[in-house]
Amino acid sequence: MSAPSVSTQDWTSEVLESDKPVLVDFWAEWCGPCKMVSPIVEEIASENSEKLKVVKLNVDDNPDTAREYGIMSIPTLLVFKGGQPDKRIVGAKGKAALLSDLSDYLG
Amino acid sequence: MSSTPSVQLTPGGTPEPATPTSDHAELAGTTHDTIIIGSGPAGLTAAIYASRANLEPILIEGITEGGPTGGQLTLTTDVENFPGFAEGIMGPQLIQNMRDQAARFGTRFITEDVVEVDLESTPKILKTASGVTLSARSLIIATGAKPRRLEVPGEEEMWGGGVSACATCDGFFFRDKHVIVVGGGDSAMEEATFLTKFASKVTVIHRREQLRASVILQERAFKNDRIEFAFNATVAEIKGDGGLMTGVVLEDTVTGEQRELAADGLFLAIGHIPNTWLFEDVLETDDEGYLVVDEPATATNVPGVYACGDVMDHTYRQAVTAAGTGCRAAIDAERYLAGGGGVPAAAPAAEPQTATV
Repeated sequence: MSAPSVSTQDWTSEVLESDKPVLVDFWAEWCGPCKMVSPIVEEIASENSEKLKVVKLNVDDNPDTAREYGIMSIPTLLVFKGGQPDKRIVGAKGKAALLSDLSDYLG
Repeated sequence: MSSTPSVQLTPGGTPEPATPTSDHAELAGTTHDTIIIGSGPAGLTAAIYASRANLEPILIEGITEGGPTGGQLTLTTDVENFPGFAEGIMGPQLIQNMRDQAARFGTRFITEDVVEVDLESTPKILKTASGVTLSARSLIIATGAKPRRLEVPGEEEMWGGGVSACATCDGFFFRDKHVIVVGGGDSAMEEATFLTKFASKVTVIHRREQLRASVILQERAFKNDRIEFAFNATVAEIKGDGGLMTGVVLEDTVTGEQRELAADGLFLAIGHIPNTWLFEDVLETDDEGYLVVDEPATATNVPGVYACGDVMDHTYRQAVTAAGTGCRAAIDAERYLAGGGGVPAAAPAAEPQTATV
């Protein structure tokens, strides 16, 4: 299972207007640590699909959206709740650490 | 949207997705010959040698605490000094090649952090972040080092909001902006030069009067119009607004005078700290915190525990020297095992003498 990609175009409908909390994985092709985090994020996504929606945003293709949310470092994971950024996780982390960071949304 | 050709990895150059972390419970039941902790050039070279010696090693590649999986090379672009690659090679590609090579000879990978070790028991025990307990007769520590932080006010708040330790990851966000690189060594020069692909201006801040970097990298930086230097200066504070960096307070190391410098980003290149926190109570370290080994062997003060790469080398810290010590560690572990090391004292092999028939 692979988390769907979102773009600046469908950002509002896919992220801001989602009923469930949405975790956005900001990544890019040239970011080594992003490639380590993405499969872990996808694993968490598939195990918690009832509670959390998980999408990916390529910052190279969507720089405006990245800028709008002050993304200055990747990987960054942002959780949106009710259309607002609710939690920011910067840097590569393992599954156990991410599960702990996301416990508010997975509980 | 243009991307940056120089950091664009070829399709083959992208690291494989990390191995799923959940099905390693089956490795928990047996005592393995050797377990390697660390996935940079030291750990992977140890894995190549250990797997070719039929030790069936398990390599644990962490991600959270010690730096990225694959080590510091995964944060670099061109590696121009690794022998055998006449035209240079991308750091992530070099690591991927080593990983593939280790996998080809049967190394098994666990993508998780180790959270606890018992080095003094026989066999040696380690526990991963997801709670899997593994045991092995010998252990090779290749946990590397992670970037040193400034530890000044504002650094934590602005981490990921302008402050970064990875120019290849984050340089992209500083197009036409002013960024600071702190440090005077090779990494600082490489990062500064790399960042000029994006930033309109890069200021290198170094606490001494002269750079420590190699001549070729210094010259490259001095020739670059976009790079400026502030010598005899340290960062006393990082300023920001709403989590985004706006500048720094610089302190002159000679006069003590302070001045503000506006900047959008700050990249750390002030050296590394060895990743030894798992072993600190048991393994001997030197004054700077690096593991002490019995040179030229890689044995630590605990029998059956070997160390290689940047976690034990504060002198050279090169990819090729890390690989070299990884090779030594695997050979040392192999000899230890061949000599019967790491087997509990009450092993069945010792019993026939007292057994009656």
